[in-house]
Amino acid sequence: MKNRTLPLLASLALASVALAQTGTLKIVSSLPRTGSANAQTTSMVNGIKMAIDEVGGQIDGMKIEYEDMDDASPQRGNWDPAVEAQNANRAVRDESVIGYIGTYNSGASKISMPILNKAGLVMISPGNTYPGLTKPGMGEANEPRIYRPSGKINYFRVVPTDDLQGRVAAEWAKELGCTSVYLLDDRELYGKGIADVFEKRAKELGLRVLGREGIDPKASNYKALANKIKASGADLVYYGGTTQTNAGQIAKDLRSAGVTSKYMVPDGCFEEAFILAAGAENLEGRTFITFGGLPANQLQGRGAKFREAYIARYRVEPEAYALYGYEAGRVLLDAVKRAKAKTREGVLEAVRSTRDFEGALGTWSFDENGDTTSRIMSGQSVEGGKFKFVKVLGQ
Amino acid sequence: MHAIAHLATLTPLAVAAALQAEPATAEAASGVLGQQIVTGLSNGMIIALIAIGYTMVYGIIELINFAHGDLCTLGAFFALMLVGALGMEAWSGVAGMAGVVLLLAGAAAFCALFNWSIDRVVYRPLRSAPKLTLLVSAIGCSFVLVNLALFWGGLPMEVFGGGVAAAAPKDFPAMVPDSSLLPDAWDSWVSAEAFLRSSPSWNDPSVWWLTWAPRVALAVLVKSRELNFTTSDLLVWCVTLPLMVALTGLVRCTRLGKAMRAVAQNPTAASLMGIDVDRVIGAAFLIGGALGGFASVIYALYNNTISFQMGYRTGMDAFTAAVLGGIGSMPGAVVGGLLIGVARAISDGYIEARWTNSVVFAILIATLVFRPSGLLGAKLRDKV
Repeated sequence: MKNRTLPLLASLALASVALAQTGTLKIVSSLPRTGSANAQTTSMVNGIKMAIDEVGGQIDGMKIEYEDMDDASPQRGNWDPAVEAQNANRAVRDESVIGYIGTYNSGASKISMPILNKAGLVMISPGNTYPGLTKPGMGEANEPRIYRPSGKINYFRVVPTDDLQGRVAAEWAKELGCTSVYLLDDRELYGKGIADVFEKRAKELGLRVLGREGIDPKASNYKALANKIKASGADLVYYGGTTQTNAGQIAKDLRSAGVTSKYMVPDGCFEEAFILAAGAENLEGRTFITFGGLPANQLQGRGAKFREAYIARYRVEPEAYALYGYEAGRVLLDAVKRAKAKTREGVLEAVRSTRDFEGALGTWSFDENGDTTSRIMSGQSVEGGKFKFVKVLGQ
Repeated sequence: MHAIAHLATLTPLAVAAALQAEPATAEAASGVLGQQIVTGLSNGMIIALIAIGYTMVYGIIELINFAHGDLCTLGAFFALMLVGALGMEAWSGVAGMAGVVLLLAGAAAFCALFNWSIDRVVYRPLRSAPKLTLLVSAIGCSFVLVNLALFWGGLPMEVFGGGVAAAAPKDFPAMVPDSSLLPDAWDSWVSAEAFLRSSPSWNDPSVWWLTWAPRVALAVLVKSRELNFTTSDLLVWCVTLPLMVALTGLVRCTRLGKAMRAVAQNPTAASLMGIDVDRVIGAAFLIGGALGGFASVIYALYNNTISFQMGYRTGMDAFTAAVLGGIGSMPGAVVGGLLIGVARAISDGYIEARWTNSVVFAILIATLVFRPSGLLGAKLRDKV
């Protein structure tokens, strides 16, 4: 047995080294491709592909290969820890992989970050907004240390984090004239995290927090909860959650219980699927959505050009996160170009030293934690069954 | 006697307070309990309807048919497809009501046939196999149905959002309005109240015994005015209650019901008496499936959202209800379902939403400790 497997392993390793040397560099992405986030992730993958095509699919004569991995399973209809771990391990084993774009869900990154960190493979997330992944003191006591077993930083993100988004959301709520708020969260990393930040800022601003509940994201309805919220008389309901964790059902049950308050949700609901799930009439004129960035049709300069090219190529409007897929792809490829040695270490070093990058959202850098310095946020409402840009937030 | 006199002095105060309080404050807060019970009962009836499907099959062939919840998912998808194909979203008034009846009938027929086919193709060849084999096949069926629903939701139909996101929750049009029915009923009582107040005995404490009953009735009505009892609640109650009565009648009073009870008791003896056991079991799947079909449409019209995982989750609640009530017992399933529905609503309302599942299972465990065969269950046998 031993005699048989060893040569096999050796030849496999040789083969992959040979592959790397023949001039193929591989980029993988790990996003939930099965499930309701699919429309969002499809447009992110499209964004990555556009970034690769912009450099002609090769850098310094080395071919850039791309693999679109799925971190969701049909059973969960959402990201799956087992699948995410499998994806990370597969990327680590494949020597030609020099960059890992992902994940969409912050919880998924908790799984893959330590795996990729040990292997020294650079990871750029186009979607994670949970602060604890990078910022010391923002999450659990042992965060982000536990994600960096090697002690070095290999994780970067191109989206502003929830500690910024939850903050501006609370400020916006106050601006909208709300004085009391009822907070809900889906008990997931992202949803609970952003609701925590919202709660903290809301109290600072003098908004009364009338209740805070973690809900069951798979319940068939929230009518009993809506009755309770109605009795509380809150004039805003804030839900830290996503379309996948039933943000649409909550909107329906609030309306049918006769709750007349406003309803605010974070960027996890900034997708067409949210309006489809909730039914436009349940959101109309009362729903407010924050987003860590600008919607595609508000983009200027390079971002506007991206939108134009995207529509020309795919014949649809890009979803909110398409731009971040594109941005993650571009900043990675830019680092590959700058890297002296086209190895994992070389690329990681180049990504880390990204400063004043000419991005689609303006000029930004990666800070010492691996976060983008970009701070542009926006607020949306729903009108006529569509998202409508209201204003730039937090500036 | 003293107690009644005491009550009599209290009620006018209560009525006065209830009538004068701001609707959004004191009255609303005290009205929440009633509201939670209404919500809980409506949810509980849907759970009970599905629980009957579990308990009926279990009662006859001792199989926990895990696919039953997912069958309801398919029923709901079938209904949504009917809505899309016939353009029912635009139907209103009488046409809307006819549409609801059509959906109920369509989904019930679809689920009945589907459930019967599952029995015919999967369970029947395993009739003499060990019980565990049957159970594992049921779990397998459940997976197949979930994935079928996932595929179905991805069909490029407008009602499925063009099929772009197969797994996304689907909006089910609100064919039954969510408007409250009670304020209208209340209005006709306002004149009755004015009449009572104008009568001389109302303000005369010496004849309190003449007026305390109307006072209590009035106090209850004032409370009920705050209740949000909607057309969709009414629909749930109006479909579920007659179905339960009809089913009990069927099992108690018809030849088929008698045959079912006989097969449940002893299949071998039943077949010796000339009962076609396979046919009776097939009928149980047919009826259980039809109930599941009704439940799926009620679920869809009540919650206005369906997703490929809805049946799995609701099925879990229903299964818990069936066990709580005593699996194999139909009245038990109903009691269990209503109990779980109300417990969930009360827990959501007065404890915290995140404890709700724990509360439900704590009730289940506590019940099983003291009554191992469930609330209304028969004596315990060896079960899977």
